[in-house]
Amino acid sequence: MPFRWNPEIRPDEITPEALFRQRRQIMRAAAGLGAGALLGLDPWPSLAAEGKELPDVRLGVVTTNEKETPFLSATTYNNFYELGLGKEDPAKMAGHLVVDPWGVTLDGAVGRPGRVPLEELLRPHSLEERVYRLRCVEGWSMVIPWVGFSLGELLKRFEPAGSARFVAFETLHDPERLPGQSRDILAWPYREGLRLDEAMHPLTILAVGMYGKSLPNQNGAPLRLVVPWKYGFKSIKSIVRITLTEEQPVTSWNAHAPEEYGFYANVNPEVPHPRWDQNKERRIGKLWRQDTLMFNGYGEQVARLYEGMDLARLF
Amino acid sequence: MPEPPTFFLAHATAMTTPHINPKGRLQPRLMPRLSWMIGLVPLVWLVVRFLDVGLGVNPVEAVMRFLGDWALWWLLATLAVSPARRLPGCGWVIRWRRFLGLNAFFYAMLHLAVYAVLDHALDGASIWKDLLKRPYMTLGFAAWVLLLPLAITSTRGWMVRLGGHWSRLHRLIYPAALLAVAHHFWMVKADLRLPLAHAVLLALLLGWRLVARAFA
Repeated sequence: MPFRWNPEIRPDEITPEALFRQRRQIMRAAAGLGAGALLGLDPWPSLAAEGKELPDVRLGVVTTNEKETPFLSATTYNNFYELGLGKEDPAKMAGHLVVDPWGVTLDGAVGRPGRVPLEELLRPHSLEERVYRLRCVEGWSMVIPWVGFSLGELLKRFEPAGSARFVAFETLHDPERLPGQSRDILAWPYREGLRLDEAMHPLTILAVGMYGKSLPNQNGAPLRLVVPWKYGFKSIKSIVRITLTEEQPVTSWNAHAPEEYGFYANVNPEVPHPRWDQNKERRIGKLWRQDTLMFNGYGEQVARLYEGMDLARLF
Repeated sequence: MPEPPTFFLAHATAMTTPHINPKGRLQPRLMPRLSWMIGLVPLVWLVVRFLDVGLGVNPVEAVMRFLGDWALWWLLATLAVSPARRLPGCGWVIRWRRFLGLNAFFYAMLHLAVYAVLDHALDGASIWKDLLKRPYMTLGFAAWVLLLPLAITSTRGWMVRLGGHWSRLHRLIYPAALLAVAHHFWMVKADLRLPLAHAVLLALLLGWRLVARAFA
């Protein structure tokens, strides 16, 4: 399928260039890593170390002009059951998750399967900032400036077979580093999946950072999925395996409670969840709830993926 | 919506009913005055915390959970009075039953008010739709509805007026507690420890009554 994609973003939604340059300047000054990258030094010296400024991030797609959620909120209010069940637990438990070294296995219906060290996996890709809305199935939302790259670009490198129709993802399974896995809340490891066309969509990214820095552990370091038009639980954290499959893969929350969490899990204000009213959301930092948008506001870009599907049934 | 005037009247009446000390040594009104303050302690703690360090990233959710938890704890404490008073030297706890029950209602009302105001901006139609659509909301609201007549009839005047019917009416606390625990159970996504603890506690409190009746 074609990879060029014209996002049709309104001019007012794009960060003014001056502001963007300023941002980059700040990042360069702070890290001094940009210079290193310009000199041809390895831009990935220790990406896994949390909180490192990321070098040479270019402006990608800014899909919203809404105010960014404060960094502190986005990193202390997390659902990452492998690091504790409370919202504040993952930030406190983050130290358990050692992410260096890290490897990712690519297998299934791909031409070039194998286990790849993270540095190698990332090397060919240039990083972009993507400011996306994040809508949790629980009825709260944030606006997060991710740093990442297109999942589709990565998948192409590994030459998906013609028979591949889905992509399955797996989080690290290691109760030492993810102590929450010693309790049977879900069937570990956490699994998620996308239809291949969803995975190849230009809005779908693998993130290695946020707010210009590498991902904090509680946000899914060192590599996580971000699918902005789906409920947050689809955006699997701390990925160690990516598998191309012919059958729809088993996904964790769907297996746990199929009547509550669908495989697709597209943000949809029309389809209520038994516990959470999905037509409104509370943007973190705001008092009153606001309307939830179809496909989290990305309908123009993604609605065509679901043409002819009954989204009330295939929720 | 609840009827605050009636409730506050009931609360005030309960709290100012003089406690007749058999020996007449203590200030007769000391207990009612004290109880008011005890009932407000969690609320004061919440406000102090809010002003001090804030209530976290999602303060509305934090307040809602806090009020709901306390409503349930006051309710379980109310149900603990009957078994507790049978313990040697513990007969005095009965004097606190009305206080505990009214606090359960008071916190349940605040819990409901936060939901109605902050989640639904007092939009009656939206609240009604939500109550019908989501079963756990229905349960929670039903629990509050059952507590309402108990709060209203908690005064001495109503006890006299209702006579023998009063204790029968106040058995509504059993279904109310069951509904409240179920409401919490159903709301939780994966971590069932706290609702499970509540369920076990409630089962013990209700089970004790069955056993006590069987051996009476």
